[in-house]
Amino acid sequence: MPKLTIDGIEIEVEPGTTVLQAAEQLGIEIPRFCYHERLSIAGNCRMCLVEVAPGPPKPVASCAMPTADGMIVKTDSPMVRKARKGVMEFILINHPLDCPTCDQGGECDLQDQAMLYGCDRGRFHEEKRGVQDKDFGPLIKNFMTRCILCTRCVRFATEVCGVPDVGAIGRGEHTEITTYLDRALASELSGNLVDLCPVGALTNKPYAFSARSWELRRTESIDVLDAMGCNIRIDTRGSQVMRVLPRVNEDVNEEWISDKSRHACDGLLRQRLDTPYVRRDGQLRPASWAEAFAAIAGRVKGLPGGRIAAIAGDQADCESMVALKDLMTALGSDNLECRQDGARVDPSVRASYLFNSTLAGIEAADALLIIGANPRWEAPVLNARIRKRYLTGKLKTGVVGPRIHLTYRYDHLGEGPAALKEVAAGRHPFFEVMKHAQRPMLILGMGALTRADGGVVLGEACKLAYAAGLIKPDWNGFNVLHTAAARVGGLDLGFVPGRGRGLADLLADAGTGAIEVVYLLGADEMDMTRLGKAFVIYQGHHGDAGAQRADVVLPGAAYTEKDATYVNTEGRVQNTRMATFPPGEAREDWKIVRALSEVLGHRLPFDTLAQVRSRLVQVNPVFAGGEVTHAAWGAFGESGTLDPAPFLSPIQNFYMTDPISRASATMAECTRVFIMAREAQGTGTHG
Amino acid sequence: MTEHANHQNGVEPATFAFAPDYLRQAEQFIAKYPPGRQASAVMPLLDLAQRQHGWLPRAAIDTVASMLEMPPIRVQEVATFYSMYVHHPVGEHHVQVCTNLPCWLRGSDEVVRACHDVLGVDPGSTTADGKFTVAEVECAGACVNAPVVQIGDDYYEDLDYETTKKILEALKRGEKPQPGSQTGRQCSCPAGGPTTLKKVAPATGGA
Repeated sequence: MPKLTIDGIEIEVEPGTTVLQAAEQLGIEIPRFCYHERLSIAGNCRMCLVEVAPGPPKPVASCAMPTADGMIVKTDSPMVRKARKGVMEFILINHPLDCPTCDQGGECDLQDQAMLYGCDRGRFHEEKRGVQDKDFGPLIKNFMTRCILCTRCVRFATEVCGVPDVGAIGRGEHTEITTYLDRALASELSGNLVDLCPVGALTNKPYAFSARSWELRRTESIDVLDAMGCNIRIDTRGSQVMRVLPRVNEDVNEEWISDKSRHACDGLLRQRLDTPYVRRDGQLRPASWAEAFAAIAGRVKGLPGGRIAAIAGDQADCESMVALKDLMTALGSDNLECRQDGARVDPSVRASYLFNSTLAGIEAADALLIIGANPRWEAPVLNARIRKRYLTGKLKTGVVGPRIHLTYRYDHLGEGPAALKEVAAGRHPFFEVMKHAQRPMLILGMGALTRADGGVVLGEACKLAYAAGLIKPDWNGFNVLHTAAARVGGLDLGFVPGRGRGLADLLADAGTGAIEVVYLLGADEMDMTRLGKAFVIYQGHHGDAGAQRADVVLPGAAYTEKDATYVNTEGRVQNTRMATFPPGEAREDWKIVRALSEVLGHRLPFDTLAQVRSRLVQVNPVFAGGEVTHAAWGAFGESGTLDPAPFLSPIQNFYMTDPISRASATMAECTRVFIMAREAQGTGTHG
Repeated sequence: MTEHANHQNGVEPATFAFAPDYLRQAEQFIAKYPPGRQASAVMPLLDLAQRQHGWLPRAAIDTVASMLEMPPIRVQEVATFYSMYVHHPVGEHHVQVCTNLPCWLRGSDEVVRACHDVLGVDPGSTTADGKFTVAEVECAGACVNAPVVQIGDDYYEDLDYETTKKILEALKRGEKPQPGSQTGRQCSCPAGGPTTLKKVAPATGGA
C-alpha cells in the first residue's frame, strides 16, 4: 500500500491508484477534461497537471500517474497553476467564444475551468480552426468546432456502448471526432455522450436552445420506461419537463440511462388525457369527474364482484394498484391481473420473478445464460453492465433465443426451448460451463415467459438453476428480466387473479360476457378486441389503445407528475417524485381510485399518501424500503410440453414501447432513423 | 475548414478485394502476429491496398477492417493519421514535399516553388496530364537531410530549387533520377566532410 503526501496531507491508497484518484479521496479536486472514472485513461487533455517529487522536474498528468511510496504531490503550487494556465490557453486557441449561443453554457466544464485558469485575453491572433459538423443521429446535436478532443465520446462508444463507431480521424490540428462515414450512432445509450462531453461539442438535440440550466427546477426521481428503475433527475421549467438526466446510483444504473428514458419526455406533452371522458352515442365526450364517476357507478353498482375485472398496466404505481386491489376486494372481485403481457411467473414465490443476483451482482458473475431476452433493448443499461463484466474477460455468456448483436460475444445455443431443455438436462457443453463457475447466473426474459408454455419454460429454468448450482448460500443466480416498471410491484402486492387463473381466463370471460366491467389501470399493451363487449374503464395519462377502447376515461398522472412507488426488476423499492402537476383535470392515480371508492359506496380507509404507503407495507413488508432483500428460494414452474417455436423478444421497436414513448416525436424520429432504415436494409439487430 | 475522407469524392469504388498476390502478402503480414493480435498488421495491409489500387478507397478500409476483425473507424483513424495513405486518386508520381519545421528552415519553400514552376501546380493538386500530384506532408522522418521530398518509394534529400527542378524534369522525361542526397554526401554524414575521428588513433597497449 503506497503512502504518499498530497498538499501536505498523508494518505495511504490501494496499489494502482492514480495521483488524481488519491487526491479525490482527500477531497482535493483536480481539474480534468479527458479523465472520467468510468472510462479508460487517455491522458490527452493535460489539464490535470500536478507537481510530483521525486520525479521529472516538470508537471505530470495526475490522471495517468500511478502513486508510489513516498511521493510528494503538490496540486496547487505556482508551477502547477502556471502549467494549467498554459494548457487552458492552448485549449482556448481553437475554442470559439460562443458561450452566449452555446447550449452547454452554465453547465460547461470548460467554462468553469476557464474561470479558474483562463486569461482575460488571447495571444493567438491567427485563424482559428473550423470543423465541419457531423451526423450523430437524431439525439445528438454537434458543433464540432467546439470540440477539445478529449476523446471521452470515443471511449464511451467503444467501451460502454460496445458500438465502436466514433473515432478521432486525422492528425494534429486536423484531428476531428466523427462517426464512421458520418452515420448516426446506433446505440441505445448514445444520449450519455452528451453528459460526458465536457464542452458544447455534443449537446442534446431535442432540447436545443429551449432552456438554460439555471432556469430549471430539478427533481430527483425514478425512470419507469423499463423495469430497471434507473435513477433520474427531471428538469422542469414551469409545467413542462424540459429534459431527463441520469443520477448516480452504483447499484442500479451507475450513471447511465437509455435514450428512451432520456428522450421520451416530449411524449409527456402530447396525446394527454386532461379531462374525464364518457362514451355517449359511440363517441368519447369530455365530462366532469362527477359525470364520469356516475357513469361508472351506474354500471358497477349491484353487479356481482365476479363480473368485474381489473388489469394494471406497465407503468402503474404501487399506490394506485393497492388502492384498486382494495376496492376490487371490497366489490367482491378477485379478477385482478398485473401481467397484461400474460407472463407466466409464479406470484407465490418471490424469487421466481425477481432479478435475484441484483444488477450490481452481474459484475461478480462468471457464467451467464440469457434465455428469451434481448437485454440490449429490454434494459440497455443492464446490458452495458453485462458488457462491462465481459470486458474483464471473466464472463462466459450463452444465449437461447434470437441471434442478435448484444455488444459482447456469446455462444448461441439455440433459438427455442429445445436448447434450454438440453442445457437443463446437462446434455449441452454450456451446462458444464455453468456448473464449474463460481457465480453462474441465468436471465429469463419476457420473450420466454409470455408464451402459452411460459410456465413450463419457467419450470425448466428452475430445474436448470438447481442442476447447475445457481443457488448457493450466498448467491442466487436465477434472474427474471422484466420489461415493465410496474410488474414486480404488482406481483408483490398480489395484484393477480385468485383461484389459479391467469390473464387468458379473464380475457376469455370478458369475451363471453362473463365479465362485464373491465378496469384498465394504464393497460395499453393488450389486444383490446379480446375484451369483447365489456364496459371498459380506462385510467391513465395518454390517449392510447386503452383509452380508445374505453367507455369511461379517468385522466391520471404520468410518472413525472406523482409521488409514487415502483419496484424494479431486482425487487428494489424506489419512489418517483412529483416534478410537475398533472395537466388539466388529471389527478394522481391513487386519489382517483380513492374518490371512486366513495362513489361506489366502499370508501377506502386512506386519505393521505402516508396512509397509502403504510397500507403497502401492511400488504407486503418489502415496501418498508431499505436495501434489496434476498427472496427465499422455492420450487416453482410447471411441467408439460414445450412449444418448439423460437423465443422472440416482446420488444420489436426499442424506441416505442409504452404510451409515453409512442407519443414522443423524438422517439418517432429515432424509429425512422434506426428501426425503419435498418429494416429496409435488413441488417437490424434482429439480423 | 478541414475535410476528411468522410466526404464523397465521386470516384469511390463500391467494393475492394485484394488481388491474389497481394492477398498472399497480406496473409504473411497477419501471420507475423500472435492470434488475437492481428490488428497489428493494419498498417502493412493498408499499404498493400494502396499499392494495389494506387490510392486508398473507403472500400479498402472496410476490407482491411473485416480481415483484421477491427471496427472500421479504428482502421480509418490509422489511415487518416498518416499522410502516406492517400484517400483520393493521385498521379503516377506522388511528390510529397515535407514542409515541417526542419525542412522549412532548410528551404522547403524553394522546393515548393520549384514544383510550381516545373509542374504548374500547387500542393494538393494534380497536373492536367495526371502524371504528377504534389502534396505537402507532415515530417517524413529525414530531417537530418532536409529539405526532403518523397516521390513514390524514393527519398530525394538535401534539395534546393535547382536540384528539385532537375529531378522533376527528369521524371517528366520518363527517366529515373538517382534517389538520396542530391549534394553527393553519403547518407547523413556531415555536409562539409567529417568533423570528428579525422585520423586513426594509435593502437593502445595490448599484446
